[in-house]
Amino acid sequence: MKTFKHGGVHPEENKLSAGAAIEILPVPEHVSIPVSQSLGAPSKVVVEKGASVKTGQLLAKGSAFISSNVHSSVSGKITRIDEVTDTSGYRRPAVIIEVIGDEWEEGIDRSPEIVSDIRLSREEIIQKLNEMGIVGLGGATFPSHVKLMIPEGKKAEYLLINGVECEPYLTSDHRLMLERGREMMIGVTILMKGLNVGKAWIGIERNKPDAIAHLENLCKEFPGIQVVPLKVKYPQGGEKQLIKAVTGREVPSGKLPVEVGCVVNNVGTALAVYEAVQKNKPLIERVVTVTGKSLKKPNNLLVRIGTPVNKLIEFAGGLPEDTGKVINGGPMMGKALSSLEVPVTKGTSGIVVMTQKESRRTSVINCIRCARCISVCPMGLEPVLLAQLSENQLFEEAEKEKILDCMECGSCHYTCPAGRPLLDYLRLGKNKVGVIIRNRGTK
Amino acid sequence: MNETLVYAVISLSAIGVISAIILYFVAQKFKVIEDPRIDIVADLLPGANCGGCGLAGCRAFAEEVVKREDLSKLNCPVSGTEATKQIAAAMGLEAPEKDPMIAVVRCNGSRVNAPQKVIYDSAASCSFAHALSAGESGCPNGCLGLGDCVVSCKFDAIYIDEITGLPVISDELCVACGTCVTACPRSIIELRLKGKKDRRIYISCINTEKGGPAKKNCSVACIGCGKCMKECPYEAITLVNNLAYIDFNKCRLCRKCEPVCPTGSILETNFPARKEKPGDTEKIPVSSEA
Repeated sequence: MKTFKHGGVHPEENKLSAGAAIEILPVPEHVSIPVSQSLGAPSKVVVEKGASVKTGQLLAKGSAFISSNVHSSVSGKITRIDEVTDTSGYRRPAVIIEVIGDEWEEGIDRSPEIVSDIRLSREEIIQKLNEMGIVGLGGATFPSHVKLMIPEGKKAEYLLINGVECEPYLTSDHRLMLERGREMMIGVTILMKGLNVGKAWIGIERNKPDAIAHLENLCKEFPGIQVVPLKVKYPQGGEKQLIKAVTGREVPSGKLPVEVGCVVNNVGTALAVYEAVQKNKPLIERVVTVTGKSLKKPNNLLVRIGTPVNKLIEFAGGLPEDTGKVINGGPMMGKALSSLEVPVTKGTSGIVVMTQKESRRTSVINCIRCARCISVCPMGLEPVLLAQLSENQLFEEAEKEKILDCMECGSCHYTCPAGRPLLDYLRLGKNKVGVIIRNRGTK
Repeated sequence: MNETLVYAVISLSAIGVISAIILYFVAQKFKVIEDPRIDIVADLLPGANCGGCGLAGCRAFAEEVVKREDLSKLNCPVSGTEATKQIAAAMGLEAPEKDPMIAVVRCNGSRVNAPQKVIYDSAASCSFAHALSAGESGCPNGCLGLGDCVVSCKFDAIYIDEITGLPVISDELCVACGTCVTACPRSIIELRLKGKKDRRIYISCINTEKGGPAKKNCSVACIGCGKCMKECPYEAITLVNNLAYIDFNKCRLCRKCEPVCPTGSILETNFPARKEKPGDTEKIPVSSEA
């Protein structure tokens, strides 16, 4: 069975919400929509305090090539344009809207009818995705229209659709493939047209047999799309790991997937693309898994962007008393939230509630040189060395040892028998090396 | 037997003489002429190689002194005035007058003033904690208390107070080399004038947030109200980005600003206790019971 070659771990899956159908979370009383929700340059606010907005109206415009539009996810009145606490505890600019009713912008098709006829041309598709603020929903929030613009001299051969969902606990992509499969497949066809490729593969891990069967069935109607079942291994959902697993090609260090003729998109993104192109709907809501062993009702919710996280937890039965941590994202790559007032953004794939027992870090002892971190690193790096370099502030050396190739999957940290905070130091190192490189560019 | 010995002695001596001649010429050819004053100056320096002067170490500083023959822009913060005078005398230069400086921690967000809201349990390094989150109190500019400054200090002048969780800098041990200033990822520590009798007045906050959010996280945050600025008779206080700053070159330690601060973010050190004005004194309740 297909999988990637180097490293990888198999954490306990804990897909508690796999059987819970997607539910629509009621629109909250107020939302705070962060102005910058994608990778790249911050967007520019185009609305003013006190203005009334409709659902789907443009709030902030992308300011550079890699930047994306942000739309209002509710209708109501803008009470403030201020800074709100983000997931890290720092304050970032956001538009705060008091919700009044739910009046949608004209031109958005809200009927449940599935439109399978693709009328737009390639250029129009790219234009549309840019307009509708579509970004990668796998977590990295890279603007989708930029992905479709293949740099000159390169050629895309295959489109890879990421339905792996290798993070433990998370099930939003799984439910999406089951419930919105047909729409998603149209989204894939649109992306194929946008990239001008004839072949698309959907990579799904074997622990989702129902999704594999459902999509394989649908594939008969969609030419050029094929489902590839993959062996269950973390981090198969990593872009480079998925390419290796499906095509056997290896993306060179520091390069983009298009270097080997591949473009990877998430299943959630494919659905958002369908809605943007066929239904004229901007990216204003997403499916979020709210889960945790102590939670009363782990589920998958369709949430408007900007909804405070505590509303989601309330819907799932409230915050349990022995909660130690609430994680934004999956337990492997996610970060603990410092406040539950934080809004859901385009990159929020899951909210995982951990009990005090689960969230406790193991005590740290000295490195015992077992090299387990090296054997599990899917990028073929030496996490122990990189962490040491970073701990001793030798960032130039860390750069030479390819610290920037680390994708922060946390396999090293997960497997370390000495409980060393390897990922923490790698993240610090990546951060500092990034600053060094940026400074070099400005000099 | 005897012959072998003689030959050996002769050949070895010959090799020795030839090598000596070669080495002599090589030494002449590659002779490095070093200014003898470098050694003299280097001997007068503390030899801690702290980097406080901005150069690679004490030797580099000595070389620079000899090269420039001017002490006005070079300053070894560790040596102090006496040693600088000695260096100047050795070089035949005039010693610049420099007032002694000291490192000052501009955050008073102790565990009481800025209570902990979340638990940080990752690597014990300020620069790391700063990159990851706003910190346990939620203040994005406040001291993280993980001691990057303590590690950086080569003179053991800083320790973290266990009760407040904030660094404390010793007036006696600090030499104002500035290593901690660069070590702090949030630039909380600043070099300020040491002041007569170690008396200093400074705003103990660097939070640039607006008053509301700043006050929410810390009871002694500067809220940028500007009261101190209006009170200052010497125009030593400026207000930029919701944050007041006292210029230590203009401040004359008149102590007028401290009482007007509504949050108590202005700190005074080593001043005698204020004489309480008659109106301010709280009346001591006279006990009726005899």
